[in-house]
Amino acid sequence: MTDMFPLTLEQVIVRRQRKLVLGPVDLTLDQSGLTIILGPNGSGKTTLLRVMHGIERINAGTISWAVDDPAKHAFVFQSPIVLRRTVSENLAYPLRLLKTPPQNVRAAVHHWVERIGLGGVRNSPATRLSGGERQKLAIARALIRKPEVLFLDEPCANLDGHATREIEALLQETAANGTRLVMATHDLGQARRLARDIVFVLHGKVHESGPAETAFSNPKTSEFAGFLRGDIVT
Amino acid sequence: MFEIMEGLKSAFWLVVTFDAELWEISLRSLRVTLTALLVASAIAIPLGTFLAVQRFRYRRTIISFINALMGLPPVVVGLLVYILLSRSGPFGVLNLLFTPTAMIIAQVIIITPVIASIAHQSMRELWAEYHDLLISLNTTKGQRILTLIKDGRRNLLTAMLAGFGRAIGEVGAIMIVGGNIDHVTRVLTTAIALETGKGDFALALGLGFVLIGIAFVVNIAIHTLSQTEREGRW
Repeated sequence: MTDMFPLTLEQVIVRRQRKLVLGPVDLTLDQSGLTIILGPNGSGKTTLLRVMHGIERINAGTISWAVDDPAKHAFVFQSPIVLRRTVSENLAYPLRLLKTPPQNVRAAVHHWVERIGLGGVRNSPATRLSGGERQKLAIARALIRKPEVLFLDEPCANLDGHATREIEALLQETAANGTRLVMATHDLGQARRLARDIVFVLHGKVHESGPAETAFSNPKTSEFAGFLRGDIVT
Repeated sequence: MFEIMEGLKSAFWLVVTFDAELWEISLRSLRVTLTALLVASAIAIPLGTFLAVQRFRYRRTIISFINALMGLPPVVVGLLVYILLSRSGPFGVLNLLFTPTAMIIAQVIIITPVIASIAHQSMRELWAEYHDLLISLNTTKGQRILTLIKDGRRNLLTAMLAGFGRAIGEVGAIMIVGGNIDHVTRVLTTAIALETGKGDFALALGLGFVLIGIAFVVNIAIHTLSQTEREGRW
């Protein structure tokens, strides 16, 4: 459980080259569970996640955490970024940045490399891994610092069913261990499987937010109802 | 054709008989060039990487200026260094003119822009790949630069080899500031120029082949020592 929440966004606006890509957004996230940011491609999910994580500059509005500590956030990108190093060195990298003692680094790397099933390739270049393996490595590298909040941008996009199932299991375990997860996806099935809360984003605006069970059974807006029916919402 | 054959024969005999003067000249060439390479790399690699990761006013102007300096005529560099180091110049008291140190200074000025420009190009590409990850991990500027240098070392090695190639073959500037003094500042390129002037084409060609041989050996040695071509290593 983290004391960083609630996270409150008030009238947040992001523009790129004078074009409005997000907002105005008013949103509050509380301290536990797994929130899914749902919406079609290009709706502003990624921008919203990046804004929350603090790596996207906002043009207006405010973002406030109960306790703000950027070192306790981690982010997993849609296209996993792996360093041009071995699998083990990728995992060790965030800990070395924090000047963690070498024996603790070795222990943490050993734990995580086995946890994600990459023990056999720990000394191989990470760029040789498959898409699913790279994404597991990226998630493990984010979790190795024991963040209190983990943002994930469509971590299962372009992955097959087996890899998706493995990653979802890892995320559920992480959430059960008390890490707050905020994840963007356009996959409705995945949202139904994982979400405790839903934020539905369309055209850069939040159209619906609240407990997943209520949102799925009783959508408040016609846009979200259409999205749930499988309509092409534009 | 006859002269080329004679040159090859001459080079062969110079090498197999361990010609003392050839070894002295060759070792001086290597010492001057490698020292210049180390100094230039120590300036150019951090500079090129800094320009890749840091945004500031006049950054593009500086990059354009460095790129333009790649085409700096060595003779002009030699002339400028000569003026600066001559007795009446601002650094005349150092008594560096017509010494190997003066030749190193001229070579550093010539190859620093070459290494910086190539390093900047490759670091810019790597920075584009790593940008989001390193920002999300709250890395400092210094950590970003060190990470890029470490992970981009293969490309940086190419930049250094380009600088080495330019320096080992340099003649105009080092002739002016070194003076081609026997047993003091004579190096392979200036010796070739001297022998050509004297009409001893066979010896000049022989020295030329030795120069080419050294360039090959140094390139292969650097590749081998840095294990750039070894399977599975970075």
